[in-house]
Amino acid sequence: MKASAFAYARATSVSEALELLVVHGESAKVLSGGQSLMPAMNLRLISPEFIVDIGGLTELGGIAVERGILTIGALTRHVDLLKSTEIAAHAPLLTQAVAHIAHPAVRNRGTIGGSLAHADPASELPACMITLGAVIIARGPLGERRIAAEEFFRGIYETALLPHELLVAVELPVAPEGSTHFFHEFSRRRGDFAIVGLAAQAIVRDGQFVDLRLGFFAVGDRPLLAKSGSKLIGVPVTRTVLSEACSALSEELSPMGDQQATPAMRRYLAKILLARCVGSLLSRADLGLGGEE
Amino acid sequence: MDTVAVALHVNGDYVEANVLPRLNLADFLREHLQLTGTHVGCEHGVCGACTVRMNGEIVRSCLMLAAQAHRSSVETIEGMSDSGEIADLQAAFRDRNALQCGFCTPGMLIAAQDLLQQSPQPDREQIREHLSGNYCRCTGYQAIVDAIETIARQRAGRSP
Repeated sequence: MKASAFAYARATSVSEALELLVVHGESAKVLSGGQSLMPAMNLRLISPEFIVDIGGLTELGGIAVERGILTIGALTRHVDLLKSTEIAAHAPLLTQAVAHIAHPAVRNRGTIGGSLAHADPASELPACMITLGAVIIARGPLGERRIAAEEFFRGIYETALLPHELLVAVELPVAPEGSTHFFHEFSRRRGDFAIVGLAAQAIVRDGQFVDLRLGFFAVGDRPLLAKSGSKLIGVPVTRTVLSEACSALSEELSPMGDQQATPAMRRYLAKILLARCVGSLLSRADLGLGGEE
Repeated sequence: MDTVAVALHVNGDYVEANVLPRLNLADFLREHLQLTGTHVGCEHGVCGACTVRMNGEIVRSCLMLAAQAHRSSVETIEGMSDSGEIADLQAAFRDRNALQCGFCTPGMLIAAQDLLQQSPQPDREQIREHLSGNYCRCTGYQAIVDAIETIARQRAGRSP
């Protein structure tokens, strides 16, 4: 299908974009790369009356590292993240995750700000943001607001952004010294939306987790920072301990059923992912088989 | 509804137009410029039939407004075909029966050329991964991968 009719304005500055959002309020949508918005419009899932195109605002691009904080401009494209040496050095989880986002032609247009503001519960970047403890920076007519990633995602396509606010950047703490990461998702075809996915970052010392952050996606209406990861921190991880963590994880999830998978299948796959993640991060082949249950 | 003024280069030609905001780039190319080699399949970014090159990078023309192509340089299968840039790939597709109905072929060729420009000697897995966003419902993909692999080798052998 084609998108329904709308009025269009090409913003030439952030302040102009904000003025347009104030005037048009909830009937407006912000267009950056369009790789989530355009499909939704073409499928007539949404029919905004007004489109504010921020694609030309170079002030919203760029990746910078300063005092242990990685700042990524909202218009940074997936392909830019994938090729960035700063990201590879300071947020290697992101480099790995971005390779799973759709296909090359989509990664050439899609932006981090667009993906986060769209908040598809099956997409990779929102989960990475909660795993990495990101802060989302939103600018409105009265100034900027800083929102913790965990507070930002509120439901399917729902975020803490107000209709007159623009997501301008995200800030990530650089990966701590000695941290490791794990990323995997199950999908029918390379680049398709995940059936279940996991973005994890950890610090391991002497064979035990000192820190473990588990961001699951496609397991509910928003990305989930799994509390059950705490059961694995500071203890020798045995098969029993892992099995208990998997059971606790299952309690935390509220997966939906769709044409890709039933809720039961998603729970099962999430547990497999947890087991593989733990086995991989601890370099323990005996744990990562994921064949339990 | 007000129209939007766009000015861009398409296959090297300068084009100016006033378009409705909702017009996507694929329909602009097909209906305003009669460049019907760009195909419209799923219209939500899944099938890859509408792949074109914009400022040297492949994009989905169904997931872009024509208005967003303002001041850009777009190359379609017509341009890449006429310039001879992909003549060897096209010949290999024909020789290897890497197309049947041909609907996916323009997108496949443009995605394949993009891969070969970025990594001149891809293995079969890399070829499959780069083409993962392009559906073919005829060939089963093996012949397409064969054709691209052949040209990758041929080009590598020819270059100094």
